[in-house]
Amino acid sequence: MEKKKIKILIAKPGLDGHDRGAKVVARGLRDAGFEVIYTGLHQTPEMIVNTAIQEDVDIIGLSILSGAHMAIFPEVLRLLKEKGAANIHVFGGGIIPDEDKEKLYQIGVGKLFDPGTKISEIVEYINNLFKEKGSE
Amino acid sequence: MNDKEWEELEKAYEEWEKKIKDLPQCTLPLFKTLSDIPLKLVYTPLDIKDFDYLRDLGLPGEYPFTRGIRHTMYRGRFWTMRQFSGFGTAEDTNKRFKFLLSHGETGLSVAFDYPTLLGRDSDDPMAKGEVGVCGVAISSLRDMEILFDGIPLDEVSTSMTINGPAAVIWAFYLITGEKQGVPFYKLRGTIQNDILKEYIAQKSYIFPPEPSLRIIVDIMEFASKEVPKWNTISISGYHIREAGSTAVQELAFTLMDGFTYVEEGIKRGLDVDTFAPRLSFFFNSHLDFFEEIAKFRAARRIWAREMKNRYGAKRKESLLLRFHTQTAGCSLTAQQPENNIIRTAYEALAAVLGGTQSLHTNSMDEAWALPTEKAVLIALRTQQILAYEIGVANVIDPLGGSYYVEYLTSKLEEEAYRYFNKIEKMGGMVAAIKAGYPQREIAEAAYRYQKELEEKKRIIVGVNDFVLENEKIEIPLLRIDPEVERRQIERLQKLRKERDNIVCERKLKELKMAAKSNENIMYPILECARAYCTLGEIIGALKEVFGEYKEEAFF
Repeated sequence: MEKKKIKILIAKPGLDGHDRGAKVVARGLRDAGFEVIYTGLHQTPEMIVNTAIQEDVDIIGLSILSGAHMAIFPEVLRLLKEKGAANIHVFGGGIIPDEDKEKLYQIGVGKLFDPGTKISEIVEYINNLFKEKGSE
Repeated sequence: MNDKEWEELEKAYEEWEKKIKDLPQCTLPLFKTLSDIPLKLVYTPLDIKDFDYLRDLGLPGEYPFTRGIRHTMYRGRFWTMRQFSGFGTAEDTNKRFKFLLSHGETGLSVAFDYPTLLGRDSDDPMAKGEVGVCGVAISSLRDMEILFDGIPLDEVSTSMTINGPAAVIWAFYLITGEKQGVPFYKLRGTIQNDILKEYIAQKSYIFPPEPSLRIIVDIMEFASKEVPKWNTISISGYHIREAGSTAVQELAFTLMDGFTYVEEGIKRGLDVDTFAPRLSFFFNSHLDFFEEIAKFRAARRIWAREMKNRYGAKRKESLLLRFHTQTAGCSLTAQQPENNIIRTAYEALAAVLGGTQSLHTNSMDEAWALPTEKAVLIALRTQQILAYEIGVANVIDPLGGSYYVEYLTSKLEEEAYRYFNKIEKMGGMVAAIKAGYPQREIAEAAYRYQKELEEKKRIIVGVNDFVLENEKIEIPLLRIDPEVERRQIERLQKLRKERDNIVCERKLKELKMAAKSNENIMYPILECARAYCTLGEIIGALKEVFGEYKEEAFF
C-alpha cells in the first residue's frame, strides 16, 4: 500500500511581506517529497487555522520575521485547540530570540528554526516527528 | 592598439593559458559572480576589445556618467550618511534621530512599522503585536508632529521608506513642516513611493497597479509645482535583491520600473524634464564586491542613455541616476553576529567605489532585531572611517579602466538589456508583474542560492563553514516594550475624541469624490491630514474607490 504523504501548510502570518524564506522552505519541502500548501501573505491566525483544518494538514510551519511571534504563535495554538484540531503540529522559522523560543516551547510550539538553517534539517525534523507519531 | 599589437597580445594570452591549464584552481568550489557570471582568472584588453573611453565612460559629471554624476564627486561633498531608523512610538524614534544627528549623521531616514506601511492604524485588528515593532508607528499628523519635534525641517533632508500610503505619510510630513513655519518649497527629502517593486518583492502594496500608478503620477505632478526639492520616487532595487534576486535582476527590474514611471508621467502629458530630475534610485550593496561596483556603474550609463535617446530628456539633471545604497540586510548572519561589521564595511566600500550619493550601513545585530544604539554607532563610524581615514574617496571612480571592472560593467548592462527585451515583449512591467514573471525569476534565484549554500558551493563564514558549535549569542538585543502598543492606541483614541469629526467625515467624502474623478488627489489628502483624519481612515476611503490588490500565492 502506498504511504500517505505528510501534508504541510507553510503560512505567513501578520503584515510582514518577507516571504523569501517561506517560499524557499515550501519549495525545498516539496522537492523532498512532502505535500506542501503555501498560504500567501497577510494571514490572520484565524485564516491559517481554518486553512489547516479544511486542507486536513498534518503540520503547520509559520514564518515570522517581523517580531510579532509572541502574539501569533500562542493565538494559532489557542485556535487549533478551540476548533478541536490540537493534533496539528505547529513549528516555525524566522528571527526569534532564544528567550522567546523557550517561552514558546513551553506552551507547546514545535521546533523554531533560525536563519541559516539547512532545508535538510527541517526535512529530518518532520520525518522524525512522524516516525514517533506513527509508532505511538 | 594596432592590429599587430592585438595579435601579439592574443598570442601571449594563449601561451599563458597553456601554462596555467593544469595548475590547481581549487580555493573555492565555484568561480562565478552572485549573478552566475563565470569568471576567468584574469582580464585583459582582449575582454573589452570594443571599449571606447569617451563613449563608454566619459569624465565625471559628463555623459554617460559611468564615472559618477558629479564633476568633483567626494571632493566636493561626501555621500550623505543616512541611517534608516525607527521603532516604538514617535517619541522613541525622535530621541534616536537626535542621537544620530548629534553624532554626525547628515540626513534622516524613517523606518515605519508594518501597520503604517500597509496604511493601517495602530488599533486595527491586523496590527496586533506589530505596533512599533519593525519601525515607528505613525497613524496621524499628531504622531508626525511628535516624530520631528525639535528637528528643524528646513535644515535636514528626510527620506521616508513608505510606498502604498506614501501620499498620506508625505502629506503628514508636509504639514508638519508648515506648522514649523517651513513652506513646502523649502522641504527636502525623499519618499520611496515605488509601488512596482512592492508587487515584485517587498509586498507592502495596498491598491491594484493602475490606481497606484495614478497616485504616483499625481505626486510627481504636485511636487513639480509645490515641492520642487523633493525626490518623488526612490526607485528601489534594494528589496528586489533582499527577496533573493541576483545583481543582474536587481539592475534590470529596477531600471525597468523606472522606465515605467517615466512613461506614465509622459502619458499624463507631463514634460519629462519637469519630473525626471526628481526621480532617484536605491540599490543594495551585496557581498560580491566587484559585481556590485559594476552594477552601480552600469545603472548610471543605462539610465542616462535611455533617458536621452528613448525619452528625449533635454536637461542634464534628467539623465542623472542619483542613488542611495544600503548594505545587504540579507547578507547578515544570525551566527557570530560580530562578523557582520566586517561584511558591512566591505559592502559599504563597494557602494563608495560605485559612486553612491548616500549610504546606510547595517548594524551587526540586525539579523536579530532592530539595532541597539551601540551597534548603530559602529555602523555609522564605518562610514566615517571610509570617508576620512582610508583615502578611497580622494580619487573619482578609481576602478575605472580596470579590465575586469569594465568587462563586468558591460556584461551586466548586456544582461539587463536581455531582461528589458523580454519584459517589453510581455507588454511591459505591469503586465509582467501581473503574470508573476519577475516574482518567479527572483524566487528561482533565491532557491538556487539556498541550494548552493547547502551544497557548500558557496561559503558563508559561521553558517556553513567555520561554525562555532553550541554558539551563544552574546550581543544585547533591542526589545520593543509591549507598552508601546498600548500607549500608541491610547493616543490615537484620544485624537479621535478631540478632533472635529464632522469636518473629518466631510474631508474624507471629498477625497473619495476626487479619487473617482481625474483630480490630483494630493490636494484633498492634504485637507484630510490637516483635519487629523488618520492614516487608516484616509487609506480606507481610497480602498472603497480603488479596491485592494491580492497576489496569487506561489512558490
